[in-house]
Amino acid sequence: MVVGSSGSVGGSDRRSWTFFALLALFCVYMAFLYGPMAVIYVLSFQGENGGVTFPMTGFSLVWFADIWLPGQMANIPESFNRSVTLAATVSILSTVMAVAAGLAFRRNFPGSAFIFYLAVASLVMPSLLVGFGIGLGFRLLDLKPSIFTSALGAQLTWTLPFGLLAMFAVVNRFNRAWEEAATDLGATSWQKLRYVTLPILAPGIIGVAMGAFTLSYDEYARTTLTVGPKNTLPLEIYALISSASSPTLFAIGTLTTTVSFLIIGLTVLMVLRLQRRRLAATMKSG
Amino acid sequence: MQEAIGATNKAWPSMRWSRPCLPLWVVSWLQAGPLALVLFVLFALPTFLFLIVSFFDYDRTGIYPAFMLDNYHDLVNSPATIRVYLSSLKFAFIVWAVTLVVGFCVAWFLIHHVRSGTIRTVLFLLCAIPFWTSGIIRTIAWIPFLGRNGAFNQMLIEFRFTEKPLEFLLFSDFSVIISYVNLFTLLMIGPIANSMAKIDPALLEAARDAGASRWRTMVDVVIPLSKTGIALGSILVFTQVMGDFFVVKAMSGGQSASVVSALSVEIQAMQYPPAAANSMVLVVFTAIMVAGMMKVVDVRKELVK
Repeated sequence: MVVGSSGSVGGSDRRSWTFFALLALFCVYMAFLYGPMAVIYVLSFQGENGGVTFPMTGFSLVWFADIWLPGQMANIPESFNRSVTLAATVSILSTVMAVAAGLAFRRNFPGSAFIFYLAVASLVMPSLLVGFGIGLGFRLLDLKPSIFTSALGAQLTWTLPFGLLAMFAVVNRFNRAWEEAATDLGATSWQKLRYVTLPILAPGIIGVAMGAFTLSYDEYARTTLTVGPKNTLPLEIYALISSASSPTLFAIGTLTTTVSFLIIGLTVLMVLRLQRRRLAATMKSG
Repeated sequence: MQEAIGATNKAWPSMRWSRPCLPLWVVSWLQAGPLALVLFVLFALPTFLFLIVSFFDYDRTGIYPAFMLDNYHDLVNSPATIRVYLSSLKFAFIVWAVTLVVGFCVAWFLIHHVRSGTIRTVLFLLCAIPFWTSGIIRTIAWIPFLGRNGAFNQMLIEFRFTEKPLEFLLFSDFSVIISYVNLFTLLMIGPIANSMAKIDPALLEAARDAGASRWRTMVDVVIPLSKTGIALGSILVFTQVMGDFFVVKAMSGGQSASVVSALSVEIQAMQYPPAAANSMVLVVFTAIMVAGMMKVVDVRKELVK
């Protein structure tokens, strides 16, 4: 077993053997992570007569064009729209609630242990069972499950605990002295929150929002029993897998990854701009 | 409670209140209440509901309120139950061990060996980016990779490691484990790296100055200080594998079943009471495992500081 240890502590510039061993492991892990993904990116450009495995019979974009054709089984563009709208809603709701709760958890309050364990339990609950329970509840209450009621609720039981745990990490790095300074300068609680706490936590909060968005956008186990008649994108993909296998599936994969990249890119840019603005403000005031 | 808050105020006489304030615990509940309410209504109540339904009677047309233990009785006495639990546990244990070793090493490499903050951020992003692709697609991506004529077999033949393509790579326990490790290692890396980042480098230096070997420093300093991350990562990986039904179905080629895939068959057949009983058993089982892990490490104390 490779166990790494110090090679850099003490300022010596010579790398120890553990560094190279771990570097090698990291590279292997990267290859392992990206290898199969690279295969589906390549195969999504499969020739018109090609199948879901190698060899490539040519190069074409037909499988991408195929996505927009209304098929017998799946309607990708519509389910994509639904998924994005749902993910945005889940993201906003979870961020607001998780940030508020994260702030509350900075002090001990009666019932905080209860809420903490409720969140942990909700996080570790086998995903399908959450959907099963909610679906059962809707059935007994004679309600019809749909995307923005039961599916939204099922996803919140997943994104809220994640958001809360992420907020613990964010809040841990926050220095309470800033707030105390604001109080000493006569800020009201609201001013303190609006002008001190939230701006300092902003990059972390954006991270929580992005995390909730992607968790919802990819979620299928909780959604499958609660979604009602109209599918989200992952469920549509799921249906496609069991019904047909063509490189269209890979084209969808390539496309959704591109979308994710765009979202990540935009978020990173936003965080960078925030940091630059903050830096500029510090320079000016200093 | 009122007295306690009064005492707090006395302890910091410099704290000024610009207007009459709500008691602190009310503020806390206003902040954390919405989250608690949502989780209670959408998670705790439905769980309670299938506890009740698990005692119900059923036939082909519907479910009927009753109190009977037949559903549990049938479940416990079925050899299939034990088989799927053992199968799921086997996967959970192997995947846990692999992701723990890989996740720990990768986290240590990123936190300790990478010196530049920018490079570290980039490498972390590299680890996280696949997470933003649908898990379904990342799972089936292994099929053209591991298949008989897949990329991996062709590579092996190209480099003359093997004459005939390897058959055991796909639709086997091997491919199931590979997919799980691929999907869930990040859940281990994240929490462990978060714990490791809090370790004061001076401690490692002190250990070295005191003559500790790399191995001793690892065992006596780094691992104990990373145990929150290890526990949290283990809980996440373990419960994800126990709760999975898609990977097992897609990657084992129908040869293996998991607890939840067996359960989803019952749900599709609308046999809700036995499915609910099955769910209850799985919930209790998972809860015991998680409680055991949380007993080893007080995750709450470490997280909420």
